[in-house]
Amino acid sequence: MERVLEVKDLHVSFNTYAGEVKAVRGVSFHLNKGETLAIVGESGSGKSVTSKSLLRLIPHPPGKITKGEILFEGKDLAALSEKQMQSIRGADISMIFQDPMTSLNPTMTIGKQIMESVIKHQKGTKQEAKERTLELLELVGIHHPEKRFDQYPHQFSGGMRQRVVIAMAISCNPKVLIADEPTTALDVTIQAQILELLKSLQKQLGMAIIFITHDLGVVANIADRVAVMYAGKIIEVGKAHEVFYEPQHPYTWGLLGAMPDIHRQEEELVTIPGAPPHLAAPPAGDAFAARNPNAMEIDFLLEPPMFKVSDTHYAATWLLHEKARKMRGAQQRKQTAANSRKAKENETVIKKSGKGQKLLEVKGLKQYFKSDKHHVIKAIDGLSFDIYKGETFGLVGESGCGKSTTGRTLIGLYEGTAGEVLYKNESVFKKKSGAETQQLNRSIQMIFQDPYSSLNPRLTVADIIAEGMDIHGLAGSRQQRMNRVYELLETVGLHRDHANRYPHEFSGGQRQRIGIARALAVDPEFIIADEPISALDVSIQAQVINLLKKLQREKGLTYLFIAHDLAMVKYISDRIGVMYKGKIVELAESNELYCRPLHPYTQSLLSAIPMPDPRLEQSHQRMKFDEQKLLSERKQEEVRLREVKDGHWVECTEREFREYQSKLSGAV
Amino acid sequence: MTVENRELADELFEPAQEQQSAKSISRPAMTYWQDAWKRFLKNKAAFAGLMLIALIILLAVFGPYANNHGYDEQNLARANLPPKVPILEQVGWLGFDGVDNRGIDRYEASGVTDYYWFGTDNLGRDLWTRVWHGTRISLYIAFLAAAIDLLIGVAYGGISAYYGGRVDNVMQRLIEILVGIPNLIVVILLILVLKPGIMSITLAMVITGWVGMARIVRGQILKLKEQEFILASKTLGAKDKRMIWKHLIPNALGPIIITTMFTIPTAIFTEAFLSFIGLGLQPPVSSLGTLINEGYKLLGIYPHMLAFSSIVISVIMISFNLLGDGLQDALDPKMRK
Amino acid sequence: MKQYILSRLGYTLVTFFVIATFTFFLMQTLPGSPFNDERLSDVQKERMMERYGLDKPVPLQYVTYIGNIFKGDFGVSFQYDGRAVVDIIGERIGASVVLGLQSLVVGSIVGILLGIIAAYKHNTPIDYGAMILSVIGLSVPSFVFAGLLQYWIGVRLQWLPVAFWEGFEFSILPTISLSVFVVATLARFMRSEMLDVLGQDYIVTAKAKGLTNFNVIFKHSIRNAAIPIMTILGPMTVSLLTGTLVIEKIFSIPGLGEQFVKSIITNDFPMIMGVTLFYSILFIGVVLLIDIMYGIVDPRIRVAGGNRS
Repeated sequence: MERVLEVKDLHVSFNTYAGEVKAVRGVSFHLNKGETLAIVGESGSGKSVTSKSLLRLIPHPPGKITKGEILFEGKDLAALSEKQMQSIRGADISMIFQDPMTSLNPTMTIGKQIMESVIKHQKGTKQEAKERTLELLELVGIHHPEKRFDQYPHQFSGGMRQRVVIAMAISCNPKVLIADEPTTALDVTIQAQILELLKSLQKQLGMAIIFITHDLGVVANIADRVAVMYAGKIIEVGKAHEVFYEPQHPYTWGLLGAMPDIHRQEEELVTIPGAPPHLAAPPAGDAFAARNPNAMEIDFLLEPPMFKVSDTHYAATWLLHEKARKMRGAQQRKQTAANSRKAKENETVIKKSGKGQKLLEVKGLKQYFKSDKHHVIKAIDGLSFDIYKGETFGLVGESGCGKSTTGRTLIGLYEGTAGEVLYKNESVFKKKSGAETQQLNRSIQMIFQDPYSSLNPRLTVADIIAEGMDIHGLAGSRQQRMNRVYELLETVGLHRDHANRYPHEFSGGQRQRIGIARALAVDPEFIIADEPISALDVSIQAQVINLLKKLQREKGLTYLFIAHDLAMVKYISDRIGVMYKGKIVELAESNELYCRPLHPYTQSLLSAIPMPDPRLEQSHQRMKFDEQKLLSERKQEEVRLREVKDGHWVECTEREFREYQSKLSGAV
Repeated sequence: MTVENRELADELFEPAQEQQSAKSISRPAMTYWQDAWKRFLKNKAAFAGLMLIALIILLAVFGPYANNHGYDEQNLARANLPPKVPILEQVGWLGFDGVDNRGIDRYEASGVTDYYWFGTDNLGRDLWTRVWHGTRISLYIAFLAAAIDLLIGVAYGGISAYYGGRVDNVMQRLIEILVGIPNLIVVILLILVLKPGIMSITLAMVITGWVGMARIVRGQILKLKEQEFILASKTLGAKDKRMIWKHLIPNALGPIIITTMFTIPTAIFTEAFLSFIGLGLQPPVSSLGTLINEGYKLLGIYPHMLAFSSIVISVIMISFNLLGDGLQDALDPKMRK
Repeated sequence: MKQYILSRLGYTLVTFFVIATFTFFLMQTLPGSPFNDERLSDVQKERMMERYGLDKPVPLQYVTYIGNIFKGDFGVSFQYDGRAVVDIIGERIGASVVLGLQSLVVGSIVGILLGIIAAYKHNTPIDYGAMILSVIGLSVPSFVFAGLLQYWIGVRLQWLPVAFWEGFEFSILPTISLSVFVVATLARFMRSEMLDVLGQDYIVTAKAKGLTNFNVIFKHSIRNAAIPIMTILGPMTVSLLTGTLVIEKIFSIPGLGEQFVKSIITNDFPMIMGVTLFYSILFIGVVLLIDIMYGIVDPRIRVAGGNRS
C-alpha cells in the first residue's frame, strides 16, 4: 500500500521550569494513502504533541523536535525551512483542533477565514476563492452558505463551528488531515454527525486521516489502524480489529477493560492502578511497568522493543519475548477470567425500583434564571421523578439540558422557581430551623465535576476533608478529628501522609477522591454526583467508579449520578432518567432503557454512543432526533410523562402512548 | 526488531518483586504562600525593588537624624550650596565637591565648613534632611491612602459580589457613575474646599481611589463564587463567617495585595502632582512634591535642588512597580497583564 | 447595538449631572472668596456679588447654573474681570490640543509597535529591553522627566528651546515628556494582550492554514489584541489631561492646563468650575466614544447586541 507519511524515531521535548520534559520519546509510524490511523492515549501520553509536531506547530520555544524524521512525499518535514513548511500546511497536510469554540478567530467572518486558506494556496482571484468557500460550506453541511459566509463564529453552535474548521482544513484537498480530538468538546449526537461527515469527506476526497483521541469508542468507529500511545511512546500498533480483539500490551488490555460495555451487565470495571509517569524523568524500562501488577523484572530494567505479532500488528512489551511465554500464559488466563466475568450478558437484574422507600421526590420542579431584563433561561422546566433508598439514579443528557442545575437545585444551592422537592417527605425549599437545615446538609452531599476547582487551594487536605465535621461540630478533639481524616483518606484509597498536603500536589483522580472523602465526612445518606468522572482519563474514571460502587455497598448510600456519558451511567445506575431541554423525556430501569428505548431522543442518544468494538461500530446505524418533526406531528396534543410499562415512563401524547404500548407488547 | 536472546537472563522474566507502588510525595508540604515566596525570590528585579523600598523607608525614618540640621532651619548665609560629601568630593565628575555649574566652589565663597550632602536650598535649609523628611511625608500619605482604599474597596467590592442580586446591581451602578468622573477633577476640587494638608490630600485621593480596589475584589469574589469548592462548602452548610474567612479572603488576597502595591506609587505620584499645581502641603512642611516644585524654580542655576528629590521619587515609583510586577507573577501568574 | 448605544448614552448623561451638581455644591462650600481683598469696601464687595449672581438663593443659582451649561455659558472669570470663561477656554485650548494630540499620536504609534515587537520577540533581550523601558516610563513622573529634558537638552546642550510656545521646535520637548507615559502604558498593555492572543487556539488554526508569520500577526493577532486596548484609553485621556497641567506649567505653554493652574492659585472659581466641567465633558465624551467604538470593532457586541462583561 502506498505510504503518504512516515514518521521515524520522533523525539519532542519541552523546556520547562521543572527541566526538560520529553513529551514524545521515539515515535515511529506510517500512514497509508486514504486510510484512517487513530492515535489513542490518555492525557499526557504525547499524542497531541506528536500530531502538532507533524506540522511543526508546537510552540517554539519551549518545544523542540530534538530528533527524528517526518517523511512526506520524499521530503523530511522536520528539516524544512519555515517558509517551505508554510506551503505544506493547509495545502498538503491540514489540521483540525479540539475546541471549536476557541479555534476560530472571533473577530473575522467565517467566510474570510476559509477564503484565507484558499487564496494562500490556490492563487485564484477573490471571486474564485469565494465560490470555492461557498462550495466548501455546502460540502460540510452548512445550510444557506451565502448568508453564513458573512457571519462571525459566535453566531454558530459548537458543532457548526467544527464544520467550519473542517471546511477550512479540506479547502485545498489535502492528502493528509490531522484531527486532534475533534469531537471531544462536543455532545455525543453532534460527535456522531461530525464523525459521519469526516468519513464521507474522506470517501469523496481520498485523503488519509490521522485521528487523535482518548475515546476508544470513537477509535472503533473511525479507525482502520490504531496506534496506542503511553508516556510518549507508541506501545502497540495494528489494524483496528487486531488491537481491539487481540490486544498484546497490558496497557491496552487495561484501557479496553476500563470502559464499561453497554451491552453487558458488569460487576466491576478493570482498573489500572496509579497514574502515568511524569515525563520530566521518564522511568527506565517499560514506562507502564509501575502500574502493571504483573510486571516482570525486565520491565523495570530494559525498554521493550517492538515485537511483531503479525505483518500489521506490533507491540512493545516484553511479554512477547519468547522467554516470557510462561508469564504470558498466566496473564492471558487472568485476562480471559476477566472477560468471562464480563460476559454475564444482561441476565440477572436486581430490581430495586419500587421496593425501597422513597428518599427523594421531585414534583414539577422548575428552575428559571434571568439572563437579563427580557430573557429567562428555563434550565429546568417541569421535572418529576423519585429516588428510592439505596438505589443509584442516573440522570443523563447533553450539555445544556439542565442536568447539573437539577443536582444543584436538589441540594438547595438554588431556590427553585416552582414545584417541590421532598427529601424524606420534608420540603427542601421551605424555611427550616437551624437544626433541620444542619440535618439536611449532613444528609445530602455532593461530589463535584471539576477536580481542580472543587478543592480550596489554600487549605490542606485534612482541613478540606474535615470541613463538614468542623461545621457540624462532629470532630471532637483534635486527635479524633485527625483520626477521622486518616480513616476517610484510607477509605477512598489515599494515604494518611496526604493529610497535610495541599491540593495542587495531587492528580485529577486523587483530587476527586479527596472530594469524595469530604462528602463522606458528614455521614450522608444521599450523594449527588455531578459529572464526577467527566474530567478524568478513562483508566482513572474506572477507579473512581469502582470506589463509588464500593462505598455504596459498604455504607448503603443512595446516589444521584449525573453524567453525559451514557455508557458509564448505564453501568452504575439502577434507573436512568433521560433529560432534554429541562425535562425528563424517558425514565426506566437502566437495562430496560437501554434495550427498549421509546422516545426518539433517547433512541438517538443511545445510537450515538460509540462503542469500543469495531465490528459493531462499523455496522451501526445512527438515528437522528428531529425535534421539529416530532413537534409538528404532535400538533396541540397534551404531552406528559406516561407509564408505558411497569416503571418505564415516556414523555408522550396519548396517541404515542398507545403506539409505544403496542410496540412493547409486540416485542415481548 | 530482534533481540539477542543470550543477553537476557531467564530471571528477568520472572514476576517483579513488590514495587514501591504507593509512592508518597517526597517534597515537604508547602503552603501557597511559601510557594509564592519562592517564586518571588527567583525574580531578581522584584527582589531588588523590595530591597530598595526597605532602604528608602529606613532613610525616610532615620535619614533626617543623620546630621544636626532641622528640615525647616533657615540660614541665608549658607543658601544655594551645591552638594558636598566627604571622600566623594575627591571625584570631581560626581558633582559632590561643592562646586556649582559655573565652576565656583560655593562653600569656599560663603565660608561654610560643614558638609551638606545634598546641598542647601535658596533659604539655606539642608536638602538631605528635607528630602528624607519629605519622603517620609509622601510615603505616609501614600500608605495611608492605600490602606483606606483597601478597607473601603474590599468591603464594598466584597459585599457587592457576595450578596449579589439587587445589592450588587445598585452598588455597581454607583461605581459605573464614579468611574465616569475623572478622578483628577474630584481631587482638585476637594482640596480647594478642604485646604491642603496631609489628611485632606489623603482623603481627596481616597474618595475616588477605592473604586479600583472594589472592582478587583468584586471580580475576584464573583469568580470564586462560581468555584466548586465554594459550592461544596455551601452544601456542607457553611455560614457566612466561615465562607468569607476560610474560602473567599485567602483566595482573593493575592490580587488585593497586588492592587495595593500599585496603589502606593499612584498615590505618591498624585501627591507630588498636587504640590506641583499649587495644591500641595504648605511650607515649611515638605513632601517630595513640594521639593520638586521648589527645585524647578532654580533649575537652570542650581539643578541639585531638583535632582535629589526627583531621583528619590523615581526610585520609589520604579521599586513599587517592580515589586508589584513581581508579586503579580508570584501570586497570580494567570492574572498578569 | 442600538440598545447598547442608548444605555451608554444614559450613563453619560447621569455622570454628567453628577459631576455638574458636585462641582456646583463644592463651589458653594468654598471658604475662600476672591473678594477678600482688603482694598475693597463692603459696598464694592456686595456689588461684585450681585454682578456675579452670588447673592441669589442657592437652588436658584443651581438651576441657572445647569441651564447656562446647556447654553454653553460657563460664567465669567473673576481674574480676567468679567471675560466669559468659554472665551478664555477657547483662546487657550489650541495649544493644549496640539500638545495632547501630538503626544497621543506619537505615543500610541511608538507604544503599540514596541508592544508588538516585544511580544513577537518574547523572552529575548529585545523583549526585556522594551519592558525595562516601559517600567521606567511608567514609574518616572512626567515632571521629573520634563526637568531632565529641560536641563540637559535645553539648558546644557541648548539644542531645543527650554520653554514657551512659538513654533514646532518648541513643542518637541513637551511632547516627548508627555508621551513617555503613553508609550510605556501602551507597550506594556499591547505586549501582554499580544502574548495572550498568540497563545490562543485560533492562532494555531491560522498557522495550520499555512499563513505566513506576517499574516498571522497582522490579520489575526493585532485586531484581537487591540480591542482590549480601548479599555485603557479612558484612563489614558485622564493621564494626558493631568500631564498637560504639569507640562504646560513647566514649559510655560499658554494652554488650558497652564490657565487652570493659574486659576487655582488665584482662586478664580468660575474659571475653575468652567474648566473642570469642560474637562469632565471631554472625558465622558471620550468614554462614550470608546464604548461605541467597542461596539463597532467587536463583532460579538455589534452583531449580537449583547453586553460586554
